[in-house]
Amino acid sequence: MTQLNVLKTYKIYIGGQFPRTESGRYYTLKDIKGNPIANVCQSSKKDIRNAVQAARKAVGSWSERSAFNRGQILYRIAEMLEGRKAQFIEELTQQGQSMESAKHEIEKSIDRIVYYAGWCDKYQQILSSVNPVNSSHFNFSVAEPTGVVGILAESSTGLIGLISQMMPVIAGGNTAVLIASEVLPLCSISFAEVLETSDLPSGVVNILTGSAEEMLPTLAEHMDVNAIFLSNVDKEMEKSTQLSAIDNLKRVSVKNDDWTQDTAQGISFISSFQELKTTWHPIEQIGGAMSSY
Amino acid sequence: MTAQKNQFSEVPFSPTIDKVGVEERVSRFQTRSIKGPSKMQGLSMVLSMIDLTTLEGKDTPNKVRQMCYKAQHLHDVYEGLPTVAAVCVYPSMVSFAREALKDSTIKIASVSTAFPSGQAPFEVKKMDTQFAIDAGADEIDMVISRGKFLAGEHEFVFDEIAAIKEICGSKRLKVILETGELATLDQVRRASDIAIHAGADFIKTSTGKIQPAATMQVTYAMLMAIRDHFDRTGKMVGMKPAGGISTSKLALHNLVMVNEILGEAWLTNEWFRFGASSLANDVLMQYMKQVTGKYQSADYFTID
Repeated sequence: MTQLNVLKTYKIYIGGQFPRTESGRYYTLKDIKGNPIANVCQSSKKDIRNAVQAARKAVGSWSERSAFNRGQILYRIAEMLEGRKAQFIEELTQQGQSMESAKHEIEKSIDRIVYYAGWCDKYQQILSSVNPVNSSHFNFSVAEPTGVVGILAESSTGLIGLISQMMPVIAGGNTAVLIASEVLPLCSISFAEVLETSDLPSGVVNILTGSAEEMLPTLAEHMDVNAIFLSNVDKEMEKSTQLSAIDNLKRVSVKNDDWTQDTAQGISFISSFQELKTTWHPIEQIGGAMSSY
Repeated sequence: MTAQKNQFSEVPFSPTIDKVGVEERVSRFQTRSIKGPSKMQGLSMVLSMIDLTTLEGKDTPNKVRQMCYKAQHLHDVYEGLPTVAAVCVYPSMVSFAREALKDSTIKIASVSTAFPSGQAPFEVKKMDTQFAIDAGADEIDMVISRGKFLAGEHEFVFDEIAAIKEICGSKRLKVILETGELATLDQVRRASDIAIHAGADFIKTSTGKIQPAATMQVTYAMLMAIRDHFDRTGKMVGMKPAGGISTSKLALHNLVMVNEILGEAWLTNEWFRFGASSLANDVLMQYMKQVTGKYQSADYFTID
C-alpha cells in the first residue's frame, strides 16, 4: 500500500508559539525541478508588530539571566541542532544545495552556536573597562544589551547566515525579531523548532517568513526596535533602512561577510549590539595612597 | 432626591440570562473592524472616558499628584488630545488630588465604603463616604456587600446603597458590584437591578482587585439592566467597566457594545467610563500609530 506523502506546514514563530500569519497569506516554495515543496507563511506588518511585542516582553528576563546560564542555553541549542542534522541537510538539498555543501553548512552552523555559547560569559570582561579619570571617582564602563534587535537574515544561505546573525545578538542579552530568507525559508522554521526545545525562553527569538521588501520598512520604523542587523543587501535597501531607522536613532549594523568562513565570527558581532554604560562612583582619596577601590 | 425614596419591594423582577446567547452576542461585537478616521475618533473618545486610577496600598501623595498631572497632560507632544474624565483614588488621597487638579474640569472620584472588600461596619462606611466628600470628591465609587448579597440579604444591600446615596446628595454615586465574586450572570443582573433602584447614578463592574473583572459578558448583562430600566422609566444610568481593560481594541469593542445596546446618548463621559490604570498609554500609542504610521514604543510615553 502506498502512503500519501504528508507535507509539513511551515508556520511562523512568535513568542514561543507557532501561529499562522495574521494575514492568512502564503507562498509556495518550489524545488529546482519546479515541484512544490511547501507552503510558507507570507507574514505581514501585523506579524512584525506581534513579534516585536513578544521580543520586548522577553528583554527583561533574558538580559538579567546570568551570563553563564545564557551560555548553557546556547550550548543546548547546538546540542539539539546536532540531533536533527539529517532534517536540515534534507531541507538544504531540497532547496537546491549539494549534499556536500549542505553537510558543511550544518556543521559550520553547529560550531558557530557553540562558539557564541562560549562567548556569553566572556565578552563582558573584554568590552568593559575601568577608566582613568582626573578626579575622586571610580569610573567604569560596562556593556549592556541594546534591547530588541531586528535581523534581516542573509538571503543567499538557508541556515548559516541566520544563525551567524542571531547568535551574537542573543548571546549579548538582546532579543531578536528575524525575517528569514524569502527564497530559502525552510531551515528558519525548523530551526525555530530547535529553539523551542532548547530551554530558550519564549520571545527571545521570533522568526517570520515572507517578503523582506514588505516587512523590513515596518521593522526599521518601529519605535520599539533598538537596532537593525542587515547582511549582504543592496545599497538601495541599506539606505532606505538607515532612513527609516532615524526616528528613534536605531543602530543599523551591516555586515557583508561570507558566513561560511571562520573569519565571520568574533566579539565584534556581539559588541555591535551592546551599549556602554559609564558610571562615576565617588571614592575617598586617601592622601598619596593608591586608588582606594 | 429624598422626596421620592425607592423601596426594595419596587425592585422589578430580574430576568434570567441565557449565558450561551450572551457569549454569542458578545463575540459578534468583537468582530467589528474599526479603522481609519473612525478609529481615531473612537480612540479619542476612549481617552475622554477614562477614570485614571490608582488604588494601591503603596499610593503616596506624590504618586497621586503625578497621576493628576498625567490626567491633564496625556501626551503633550501631540496637540488636540482630550483629557481623561476623572481620576480615581482612595479617600485619604482625595485632598491631594483636589489640590493638584485645582479648577480643572477633571473630576475626582473616590472609592469608599471600605473598598475593596466592603467588610466594615455600616457606620464606618458612612464615615468613609462623608470623609471623601468633605475632602473634595466629585464622585463616589462604593462597593456593595457581596457577602450579604450572596447570603440572600438583598434588602440589606439595597438599604446600604440607598443610605450612601443619601450622603452623596448631588454627587454622583457609582456602585461597584464586584462581578468576579457574584459567580453567575443572573446574580450580576439582580445586583444591577438592586443598585439601579437604590439610586445608583452609575453601575460599575469591579474593583480591579479580583479576577475576572470587566469581561464583555458581564458588561453586557449590566448594560441590559440599564437598558430595561430606561425603557421602563426613561431615566438614564451610567456604566463603568473597570479592571482588565488594558488594550485599545477591547475598549473600542466596549464602545461598540454600548452604542448598540444603549445608543449614542451613552457615548459621552457623562454616562460611560472606563476604570483603568494602563489603558490610557495603550490608547495613546495606538493613536500616535495612526498619526505617524509607525508602531510606537512605551519608552516615549509616561510611566503609569
